[in-house]
Amino acid sequence: MATKKAKIKRQGSATVRSRGEKVFDFVLNLIGVLISLVTVYPLYYILIASMSKPLSVINGTVITHIVDFSLDAYKEALRIPNLWVAYGNTFYYAIVGVAMNMFFTTTMAYALSRKRLVGRKLFTLMIVFTMWFNAGLIPTYMNFRDLRLLDTRAAIIVGFGISAYNLIIMKNFFQSIPEEMEEAAHVDGASDFRIFFRIWLPMSKPALATVTMFYLVNRWNGYFWPMTLLRQDKLMPLQVLMKKLLVDQTANETEAQIITAASTWSPQTRIYALMVVAIIPMLLVYPFLQKYFKTGMTAGAVKG
Amino acid sequence: MNAAKVQKKPKTTSKLKQMRSDWQLYVLLSFGLIWLILFAYKPLMGLRIAFYDFNPFGGLAKSRYVGFENFQRYFSSPDFARTVKNTVMLALWQLGLIFPASIILALVVTQMTSRGISKATQTITFLPYFISAVVVAGMVLSFTSPNNGWINIIRRSFGLEPIYFMVQAKYFRPIYTLMLLWMQAGYNSLVYIAAIMGIDTSLYEAATVDGANKLQRIIHVTLPGILPTIMTMLLLNIGKMIRSGYETIILLYHPSTYEAADTIATYAYRLAFDNPGRADYGLSTAVGLVEAVVAFIMVALANYMSRRVTESSLW
Repeated sequence: MATKKAKIKRQGSATVRSRGEKVFDFVLNLIGVLISLVTVYPLYYILIASMSKPLSVINGTVITHIVDFSLDAYKEALRIPNLWVAYGNTFYYAIVGVAMNMFFTTTMAYALSRKRLVGRKLFTLMIVFTMWFNAGLIPTYMNFRDLRLLDTRAAIIVGFGISAYNLIIMKNFFQSIPEEMEEAAHVDGASDFRIFFRIWLPMSKPALATVTMFYLVNRWNGYFWPMTLLRQDKLMPLQVLMKKLLVDQTANETEAQIITAASTWSPQTRIYALMVVAIIPMLLVYPFLQKYFKTGMTAGAVKG
Repeated sequence: MNAAKVQKKPKTTSKLKQMRSDWQLYVLLSFGLIWLILFAYKPLMGLRIAFYDFNPFGGLAKSRYVGFENFQRYFSSPDFARTVKNTVMLALWQLGLIFPASIILALVVTQMTSRGISKATQTITFLPYFISAVVVAGMVLSFTSPNNGWINIIRRSFGLEPIYFMVQAKYFRPIYTLMLLWMQAGYNSLVYIAAIMGIDTSLYEAATVDGANKLQRIIHVTLPGILPTIMTMLLLNIGKMIRSGYETIILLYHPSTYEAADTIATYAYRLAFDNPGRADYGLSTAVGLVEAVVAFIMVALANYMSRRVTESSLW
């Protein structure tokens, strides 16, 4: 529907186009191209620099394309101890964690979307309050300690079960499905469980996809709480390892390493290779996710 | 009084009856509710730490109650003015740069004539949302590195001296804000794009008939059309920005840039987790509580004003 409207808009403006408007349109297109180039260039630079020899990178000859192709930076990056463990952990936290998120979020959102539920207002307020106010670092940390969850996978999986924002998107979507469907199902003798699983969930695929994606991006990219709550290397997700390699080491690096024409990799090109390795999984799913985010933003704007 | 009792009784019984017939809904509700109590409400009890000289090994039982001493220590320390100023300044930088840029980006991609470029621009500007703060911060640190960072390579090729950007306080706010701009502009623009798409097209046609050119149509039709959205986002963002970003800031700041980068939240973080041998849980919790209360008031106020001004609120 939105695209249709946009089309009409464009036809409307195409009918009478003065010279000034043609210039204006050209400038707009040009601005779009410039914004795109500026945004994509840092990523493109990382990609070409990671595949070039370090001397060319340092000389500044790597600008638009790979110079002196070499994949040694990747070979070195993939040899970093714990990289594969961290990668595996991230997949584990992402898959199991998002499944947990969706379980907590959809069940609660469905109950709260039923207007007849006694206490609905209070429970909804309890959710909304968590968007406005949280206990802060130390109380949260001490809570994990009291629950004996420090340094466990369970802390990451269960401890971050619900995001209030996502729950409200889900609740609003559930509310937008006509109640008559529920009444009809009740008349046919269906239980609330059955109505939730067999009617509401299958009808909410766009919203389910949106909220899944929100959770997935957060799970994949989050580093702070895993870093704070976990101690053992074998439990660490990729982003915590990345922080050690990209942030802590870059900050401390004296960069005394001598780079010659024969060098096929340097700590710097290895860092670029690592970034590419860390980004790729999200970029591969990105094209499939993009359209759902838009529906999500619109669904979230629907009033509760 | 008697009449009220008579009236009240059937109401409560019907409520109980309703609850009993809805027991399955309560089962569905219970998982999330138990989670909320354990992980969102139980930690609130830990805020009591702010009023103790807290001993992390003995817990509250073995800690000394000090009343408001932790708060007084924070308010009277030189860190107070600095952290409040930095929190406000970073919020203002974001408000001044990222907020309008997101609106302009939405206008550009919806008003341009080339469908292909519009789609490509949206896809590309949204892409950084999928990249973690750690990797983006790593990119910033690497690009600004004095020896072999991309920016200094360019400076050197122009015969300029390399600059060690990340240890100079004056560069922190612009660099941090530009980084957030790169990360968030595309994502933030989505809500405005949706609002622009929702504007009644007959308004544009009427304006065209009246002889308005494209720029005039943008100023007189598009902008007023998305004004409620802009107001809502503006008011809500003010509150959000206050408590934004300590996870991102701690990746980028450096003792020599604290004067510009250290916010209330990063200060609370450092007191507890980055203060070897001298971790001060009581003070950290107090500082965190101050921040949470200020952010809460800002968000509540913003939501209230948004409801009054635009007759809509996000919740």
